[in-house]
Amino acid sequence: MRTPFIVRLYRALGPKGALALAVFALLTLVLVPVLHLAVPPDNPLHVSTYVITLAGKIMCYAIVAVAMDLIWGYAGILSLGHGVFFALGGYAFGMYLMRQIGRDGSYQSDLPDFMVFLDWKELPWYWTGSDSFLWVVILVLTVPALLAFLFGFFAFRSRIKGVYFSIITQAMTFAAMLFFFRNETGFGGNNGFTDFKRILGYSITSPEMRVTLFALSALMLMLTLALGRYLVTSRFGRVLASIRDAESRVMFLGYNPLWYKLAIWTLSALLCAVAGALYVPQVGIINPGEMSPANSIEIAIWVAVGGRATLIGAVIGAVIVNLAKSFFTVAFPEYWLFFLGFLFIAVTLWLPDGVVGLWRRLRREKK
Amino acid sequence: MKTRILLLLFGLFALLAAPAQAALDAKLVAQLSAEDSDEKIAAIWALADSEDASEATRVLQSLADGSLKDPKGEDITINNRIRGELAAALASLRLFDADRAARLAAVKELQASADAKLFGVLVKALAQESDAEIKRLLSLVHAQVSLQSEDAKQRLVAVQALAAGNSPHTKSLLLGLLAKNGSAWAEPDAEVRRAATAALKQVESRLGTAENIGRVFSGLSLGSILLLAALGLAITYGVMGVINMAHGEFLMIGAYATFAVQGLFRSYAPGLLDAYVLAAIPVAFLVTALVGMALERLVIRHLYGRPLETLLATWGISLMLIQAARTLFGAQNVEVANPSWMSGGVELFGTMLPWNRIAIVAFSVGVLALMWAVLNLTRLGLFVRAVTQNRPMAGCVGVPTGRVDTLAFGIGAGIAGLGGVALSQIGNVGPDMGQGYIVDSFMVVVLGGVGQLAGAVWAALGLGVVTKFLEGWTGAVIAKIVVLVFIIVFIQKRPQGLFALKGRVVD
Amino acid sequence: MKRRIFVKTMAASVALAAMSMSSFSALAADTIKVGILHSLSGTMAISETALKETALMTIAEINAKGGVMGKKLEPVVVDPASNWPLFAEKARQLLTQDKVAVVFGCWTSVSRKSVNPVFKELNGLLFYPVQYEGEELEKNVFYTGAAPNQQAIPAVEYLMSKDGGSAKRWVLLGTDYVYPRTTNKILRAFLKSKGVADADIMEDYTPFGHSDYQTIIAKIKKFAGEGKKTAVVSTINGDSNVPFYKELGNAGLKATDVPVVAFSVGEEELRGVDTKPLVGHLAAWNYFQSIKNPENDAFIKMYRDWAKKQKLPKADTVVTNDPMEATYIGIHMWKQAVEKAKSTDVDKVIAAMGGQTFKAPSGFTIKMDEKNHHLHRAVFIGEVKADGQFNVVWKTKGPVKAQPWSPFIAGNDKKKDEPEGK
Repeated sequence: MRTPFIVRLYRALGPKGALALAVFALLTLVLVPVLHLAVPPDNPLHVSTYVITLAGKIMCYAIVAVAMDLIWGYAGILSLGHGVFFALGGYAFGMYLMRQIGRDGSYQSDLPDFMVFLDWKELPWYWTGSDSFLWVVILVLTVPALLAFLFGFFAFRSRIKGVYFSIITQAMTFAAMLFFFRNETGFGGNNGFTDFKRILGYSITSPEMRVTLFALSALMLMLTLALGRYLVTSRFGRVLASIRDAESRVMFLGYNPLWYKLAIWTLSALLCAVAGALYVPQVGIINPGEMSPANSIEIAIWVAVGGRATLIGAVIGAVIVNLAKSFFTVAFPEYWLFFLGFLFIAVTLWLPDGVVGLWRRLRREKK
Repeated sequence: MKTRILLLLFGLFALLAAPAQAALDAKLVAQLSAEDSDEKIAAIWALADSEDASEATRVLQSLADGSLKDPKGEDITINNRIRGELAAALASLRLFDADRAARLAAVKELQASADAKLFGVLVKALAQESDAEIKRLLSLVHAQVSLQSEDAKQRLVAVQALAAGNSPHTKSLLLGLLAKNGSAWAEPDAEVRRAATAALKQVESRLGTAENIGRVFSGLSLGSILLLAALGLAITYGVMGVINMAHGEFLMIGAYATFAVQGLFRSYAPGLLDAYVLAAIPVAFLVTALVGMALERLVIRHLYGRPLETLLATWGISLMLIQAARTLFGAQNVEVANPSWMSGGVELFGTMLPWNRIAIVAFSVGVLALMWAVLNLTRLGLFVRAVTQNRPMAGCVGVPTGRVDTLAFGIGAGIAGLGGVALSQIGNVGPDMGQGYIVDSFMVVVLGGVGQLAGAVWAALGLGVVTKFLEGWTGAVIAKIVVLVFIIVFIQKRPQGLFALKGRVVD
Repeated sequence: MKRRIFVKTMAASVALAAMSMSSFSALAADTIKVGILHSLSGTMAISETALKETALMTIAEINAKGGVMGKKLEPVVVDPASNWPLFAEKARQLLTQDKVAVVFGCWTSVSRKSVNPVFKELNGLLFYPVQYEGEELEKNVFYTGAAPNQQAIPAVEYLMSKDGGSAKRWVLLGTDYVYPRTTNKILRAFLKSKGVADADIMEDYTPFGHSDYQTIIAKIKKFAGEGKKTAVVSTINGDSNVPFYKELGNAGLKATDVPVVAFSVGEEELRGVDTKPLVGHLAAWNYFQSIKNPENDAFIKMYRDWAKKQKLPKADTVVTNDPMEATYIGIHMWKQAVEKAKSTDVDKVIAAMGGQTFKAPSGFTIKMDEKNHHLHRAVFIGEVKADGQFNVVWKTKGPVKAQPWSPFIAGNDKKKDEPEGK
């Protein structure tokens, strides 16, 4: 008899992993919401909106980092274009947010302001249905995944790999960025989408909505981690790792790497898209800058800093780098790039397994 | 009290100015500082008509340069309209200059600005002129002016003469004749209109050819820039399989080296300023090559066989180099001026080809030749090719692969530095400048195939020309997107690029 | 083992969250905090760094004269790093963590659009110092830069005049983003109202960072060769200007043949340019460094001294420009409004801002409109000189009232000339 999925999931996580997830769930789904909503702002225990939005944002980044780790750490595919999936998810959900503004925009039109600006009289066809929450969720889940599937299918079929693959993913995100920068594309050009008001009729600035988005991000992060752990410990994960280490030999053994790579690649894009959709309402803006090649490379560095091929490493990397960014851009704005650049070099030269690898090494030495 | 000082100043001014401007009407010179532009212009033309032509030229030229003072000792300001009239007036004076080059420049200037009041001057100049080229241009200008004649016959002759012209200005003059003001034609005489239509056709076909030549040239020029940017990358990637994300910053270092050399020339050898670009070439090469070799020794060496990690580490290097440039030179772009021999352009088949772009095309050919020679004629080149083809085997037969790597990386970086010298002549020099070229350079290398000079050349020129033709048709944004998508699709079909080394390798 | 790390990180993140919770800023009684929100790194650092310096200088000047209502101003500088979501995050940080009374900041339209909802939600106060496209009027924002009718339209009117060269054909050239698009839309409508036919207008856009202007210049040349005097209105953004002007000069298009008037090229931008090929081309602003009057002399001297004292890069060649003057005016007007309201409370200050006047370095006494949150400003047209400065060739007779809702855009006639909810 097949073991039920939930049992297999628990096994994959192990008792301590499951405990850690439970603690994290308690913290993000119960404690923080209560501290934000029920504790008065002047109480030192109050969690401020600033912390909630910052933490929410970083959790979205962490999801992206885990998604990146799945393909880079476990399948050996370095994508320098993951920003495009993140941004597409954000844009898809942003369409809904724009429609929810309704007539509260500065032109009091049914159309989003930037369309009125361009003298458009009606919504272009690809905006059809964007006022329906359900349809937009479907878009978030399908459009980036479909793009990834098509791109991946042709690329993996031609057996493009290594640096070549990285470069063409970079070209892809660059082309997408230029495309979205155009005003005629119908996504607001450089300004992108801003000034969101509501989700499902509820105000986007209400504390309840903030906490909900925060909790959803946390939930999604936990789901991603659990799913990722399950996948990499499964047979599928082991095939992926062997493709990473010796693709030709795996082929000679009778596996077709195409489908394995394609599956994890598409899943990774999907996770990014969901993270993007959660990210946009929390930060309040989506613009083509998210697709710039530099952003996508930064995702890789989160993973490298935390430790490739360890899921928790990806999360740690995303948190460390982003907190460092928040700190440096206030304390020493001019040294941020030096620090980030040095981090890239130091991690690749001395910490090939990232922070997690370092931790392990230290513990081993202690023993 | 105040008036007395003013009077004194006036006197002083007159005293200073008097000997030099004895032959000119002082009232006219004073009128040059009038508030009203019309008065100024009237004074300019009156001066241009005065007896002492050389003195009038001097005064008008100093007005054009902005160095002429009004009676109160302040600079006389001029605007574009006055600048245009001044240029025409000066040109009308210089038509009689003894120097052929000055006369040629003058008549070219008048092609764009001559009008009826110059009719007499032009007739006189035509009668005096002996040089055939100048005479031809003069008669064209004369024809332009005669279009405003009252006499239909004269206009007809003028239109027929204009058929030999090839400037956009001629076209717009002819178009002007054929325009309709309500129901009346701008040109009342039907025969003149017919001649104008025929002349317009000739001029337009010449302009059309010129446009296509211009387009091909701009494609070549873009291609040669892409080539300069990508050549160094082609070497480093070809030899070491290292994708160097800091490549754009090598371009930047080369450009800043040019800036520094320009600064040195400005302070220590202002007389030789025009030669600074030539001096910058070896300097930029050496500086970037040294930086490149240092990076190879310090970082890249330790990452062999891990191309993806190298990619990340070099990206980190690029961030640090950008910030270093910002700290050293400021976030602002710095000014790099074209030397005078690279400013302006040469007219060829009716299209203007800028000197700086011609120089860059020539320069890229030179760099390419040099690189070919190094790779094919020197011992180092032999080693480099050997390592590219089969590293372990080359090592076995005694090629010092480590040293070859360092030198090859240095050469690749140095060539990027040369690219930086070229880029400084056409665009911005700033900390971020390299970022704009990095994606393009990769595309060239990937499209051309790894380790192949010929591949890089074809890819760069092809991309340049295709981009330029697409741009004329779809606009710059779409052209760029189409090219990127084309490359992505192309790589799917031919992952080895246009030209690939044949090999039988399996991992 | 790995799981233990997990637990530890969780513990660490809890500790971190707790730390940031408890670090609420103590409101010092004797200072007023003022936020400065300009990018000091990333692509916009080129332009915005100078505004940060201007703001700090002005604050130091005010403090040296006794501060505001007897309290010293305390600047809080943050770096949004040219990253638009980060702008919103930093704005929230300034308003909720640092509890600043007012924020001076932003440059690009997209950064302003990114922070607007934050200022609205938290009822903060933002002074935006850059010329922009209009089509916006927020209760929480004061716009000290020019609206299109204070920059673009006078420039075009000048080019139509006899002294400007009586241009009849127009090339509207810009980088593809909202400011050029809107400006060109307004200009097109304006030109039409002046009887210019559609065939005599060419509109073209290039992407950000575009560096190869050969095709565009060839197009302009062709367009200019079809009869009638042609002028170019350029809203090309920052970095692309150098390649554009270099190409223009080398292609033999002189300012006397085809004048180019730019709205985004000022003294600061010209610092990195070889200005020889640019001489005679035009720019329209509400302030030029070359304007001669005692206020401006003092302003320039103050900034030069400041640059030397702060050891800015190339401190000996610093210049002042329009957005810097707008920042300077904004801070002073805010000070006056606070003193009038006798409070830094946002609503009281907003009420007190209307009608404030200030003797500005541009030589005019500038007034904040009673209603529409924009300044009344004079417009200057300057020609580029060889030394990178501008030679003022034309100016409006007096300050012009801003029209954030341009009458040349359909539907704007119904708009109120003051922010909603005020």
